[in-house]
Amino acid sequence: MATEQATFSGTAVSDFSDSAKKRRIVRQAFLYLFLVFWALAVLFPFYWMLLTSLKSQSAYNSEVQPKFYVDEPTFDNYKEAFSAVPLARYFANTLIFTLVTTGLMMVVIILAAFAFARLSFRGRNLLFTLFLSLMMIPNELVIITNYVTITNLNLRNSFTGLILPSITSVFYIYLLKENFEQIPEELYKAAKVDGTSDFKYLRRVMIPIARPTLVTIAILKVIECWNLYVWPRLITDDKSYYLVSNGIQEIREHGFGRDNIPAMMAAVVAISVPLVILFLIFRNKIMAGVSRGGIKA
Amino acid sequence: MKRYFERYKAWLYLLPAILFLGAFMVYPLIDVIIYSFEEGYNFVTQTSRGTGFYNYGYVLRDPYFVQALKNTFLIVIITVPLSTGFALLISLALTAIKPLRNLFQTVYFLPYVTNTLAVGLVFMVLFKKTEYSEGMVNLLIKAFGGSGVDFIDGPYWAKLFVMCLYTIWVVLPFKILILTSALASVNPIYYKAARVDGTRPSRIFFRITLPMISPMVFYLVITGFIGAFKAYSDEVALFGTDLNAAGMNTMVGYVYDMLYGASGGYPSYASAAALILFLIVLTITCINLMVSRRNVHY
Repeated sequence: MATEQATFSGTAVSDFSDSAKKRRIVRQAFLYLFLVFWALAVLFPFYWMLLTSLKSQSAYNSEVQPKFYVDEPTFDNYKEAFSAVPLARYFANTLIFTLVTTGLMMVVIILAAFAFARLSFRGRNLLFTLFLSLMMIPNELVIITNYVTITNLNLRNSFTGLILPSITSVFYIYLLKENFEQIPEELYKAAKVDGTSDFKYLRRVMIPIARPTLVTIAILKVIECWNLYVWPRLITDDKSYYLVSNGIQEIREHGFGRDNIPAMMAAVVAISVPLVILFLIFRNKIMAGVSRGGIKA
Repeated sequence: MKRYFERYKAWLYLLPAILFLGAFMVYPLIDVIIYSFEEGYNFVTQTSRGTGFYNYGYVLRDPYFVQALKNTFLIVIITVPLSTGFALLISLALTAIKPLRNLFQTVYFLPYVTNTLAVGLVFMVLFKKTEYSEGMVNLLIKAFGGSGVDFIDGPYWAKLFVMCLYTIWVVLPFKILILTSALASVNPIYYKAARVDGTRPSRIFFRITLPMISPMVFYLVITGFIGAFKAYSDEVALFGTDLNAAGMNTMVGYVYDMLYGASGGYPSYASAAALILFLIVLTITCINLMVSRRNVHY
């Protein structure tokens, strides 16, 4: 293990003699082999869901040994997925939930981050420290009371109940505040001298300058919302409010008849595609955002 | 009036954040502690018999909780070192190549953005053995001369295996991303100096690379521990919502099952279990931080 690791970082050491060159090529070949192996391991489940979703149910069930290709591709499974279960409804719900939650959260965190970054008031540092300490509180701990609260407010099976607890994120307030603080304070002072109101300054200057960060935060939040499972599961038992994660679980346990795997895979493909497209468009933003934020989904 | 407004304006900007955090984080935090000490709390009448440690005792004696505790610890012990080590190997390999590096990075990151419930279903299909079909993985095992086993409804070790494999598959993208950027930020001047000195590759790795990225490695270990202790939705994806019946429940799963669903309606037990989980995670994180303070080099 140790020597294997060593060779990876050892490419900086190069020699121009012939045998060293040969060794270098062999080493590179091994590296690529290793990387290709893992790339296949990552891609295989995606390939398999696409493949299976194109097989007809009878063809799939007649394969005692699953085949790696499809003889007669069919789109019937997609029709089945969208007609036998309210998949379109789950999609619409998730879309509404994601857009509203992300939109509201952006408003809340922009206001809070602006107050922390530019406005001076008594107790600012203390309050910010309190905010930061909230980051340590695991969701599992507070979700119990939130469940009781939402139930007592009669907000189960409603978008309000789904959305309310996800509207604030201490982490994103922190991230945005750091970004706002990098905008030269002279701009703010100049605007103050000109008599620009704080809110106008925030809207006309801060938000446009901080736009890249805002976009990154919004995308990360969209991904988070799209994949949310636990909270919607606790809060909804009426299918007309299910999000896609709960929908897929429902499909697994009751939909299609348990054995219609191809239709199930068609639903899985349909659910995965929007995020994969989002990822391919915003690849750099997402990866930079995740690595800078250092957060785990 | 205007001056009054000016003075409290900052609080106005902070009001929404404070309201939401207060209602959905601070209040619940206090409330969950109270719940956990209220004995015989009735969800419908909202009354309790008394206060004490009964809920904690109940939870700790519950065989389902013990099973969940065991599963969670196994997930943590198996997946954290394996995923961190494997991510390090991949990152080192990625750093050592030039062509196609971007492509590989994109592919490796893909699992991060996918719905774990949805892809978990694919894993289930791949590993499951049904009357109709052996399943993809069993086919491979047979090709290599082994005998097939149902990884989803079969023996415990098989279920544990697929669970850990899926967990690693899910957490790797984040770790690879963090480690590749950590490796890229190592100042090349150290490598140049080592080359001039003719230092052996293994020595370069252990004396330069590893110490330079050690803060990030420890960061990943700590967040990895925390994340693995909270394992839940991956298990639901593989084994279904009734994790107790499958014998694959996790601590977080136990909390939710106590709260909701067929076995639910006991917020007190759920709170006690959640606090026990929190204490375990807190203790382990503190130990991790102490170890890292002694071993992280800059």
